[in-house]
Amino acid sequence: MAALLPPLRVCRGILKELRTMQGPKYKLSPAYSYIMDQFRKNKASSPPTASQLTVTGEMYCRAQQEAHHDSHTYLCLLASSRTHLALHKLYHGKGDRSREEVAGLVGLRLPTQPG
Amino acid sequence: MFRSIVRLQSQFGNILSPNKVCPRSPHFRFAFKYSSAITERKRFYQDVSISQGEGGLYEINLDRKKLKTPGGKLFTVPNEVLAIAVATEWDAQRDTLKFYTMHLTTLCNTALDNPTQRNKEQMINAALKFLETDTVCYRVDEPHGLVELQKNEWDPVLHWIENRYYVTIGSSSSILGPEIPEATKDTFRQHLNSYNFWSLTGLEFVITQLKSVVLSMGIVDRHLSVEQAVLLSRLEEEYQIQHWGNVEWAHDYDMYELRARTAAGALFVHLSSESSNVKRKLLQDREG
Repeated sequence: MAALLPPLRVCRGILKELRTMQGPKYKLSPAYSYIMDQFRKNKASSPPTASQLTVTGEMYCRAQQEAHHDSHTYLCLLASSRTHLALHKLYHGKGDRSREEVAGLVGLRLPTQPG
Repeated sequence: MFRSIVRLQSQFGNILSPNKVCPRSPHFRFAFKYSSAITERKRFYQDVSISQGEGGLYEINLDRKKLKTPGGKLFTVPNEVLAIAVATEWDAQRDTLKFYTMHLTTLCNTALDNPTQRNKEQMINAALKFLETDTVCYRVDEPHGLVELQKNEWDPVLHWIENRYYVTIGSSSSILGPEIPEATKDTFRQHLNSYNFWSLTGLEFVITQLKSVVLSMGIVDRHLSVEQAVLLSRLEEEYQIQHWGNVEWAHDYDMYELRARTAAGALFVHLSSESSNVKRKLLQDREG
């Protein structure tokens, strides 16, 4: 089933996620160099002309499709982890109220110790 | 009365006196690593890097220290890609370490420690047992819209896997589920035997998350994307959401968590089972 995004969008998506995760120095990370390496190696041009041969020269390279699917999976992992964490912080991250707040809920104040 | 209690405590020895527990025992370190479930551990390292150790296995370094599994073993992965992905997970942690977001790390730890002492055969049997209650095979009788939706979305996947492996699975709407013929199980058993232990760990994880062997094989064979498989796994929920409305803090929260875990499991399977080799073709092919 080829319901995957085109490789350029997947690459951009992964790089955006890395930048969000790691800040401006994301270009120094090993993940960045590996991703760029892989995308350059597996770059396809459609249709491949004689002067723009891919690494293998095939029209439908199985390794290329596998790499495309894997990159899509990694993008899904990064994006959904980030979104899940954001939703967690938004809805489930508040934790317990402090004792002052709890007392304040019913209109009372905590007693102060003398001295 | 206090004297008798003290005598009782000293009889029980190690259990009640924590200072007698050996700090080097794996049980102690296991408990130490997991005390973070209650109190949060702060990020204690600046840099994360990978290095290649003995046997060609890759290790993760947090500053100068080497990462270890909860069971006390050295954390090693068989290939560089997985090591980079795990290092990225650790690098993504900010002030506190949130272990529940580090799915790849958790999977590696499970594969390395094998805390439940499973072997390949047990994992394959468990997966085949799951096939009998596979989500995609369990159909409802009503409401009619859901029956149609299940037929339109799940039947193609069933056909695909039946053609791909030359098996029959079928679907059923009875409470007992479909009858899986022995030949089907044997075919899958043979196929799953070709996966190594790490890949099977990942596959078991994906099956548990999606509640379906068929959908898991769909991802592993790259027939479905993770998003598609998650959608198919949650088909009834999506149907109800369209009918009754979406609740972000429950539905979206669950969906993104499921996507993250499934993607991690799928990536783990693919990275543990692939081997990249470059074959040089003869020059005359390229000039043609």
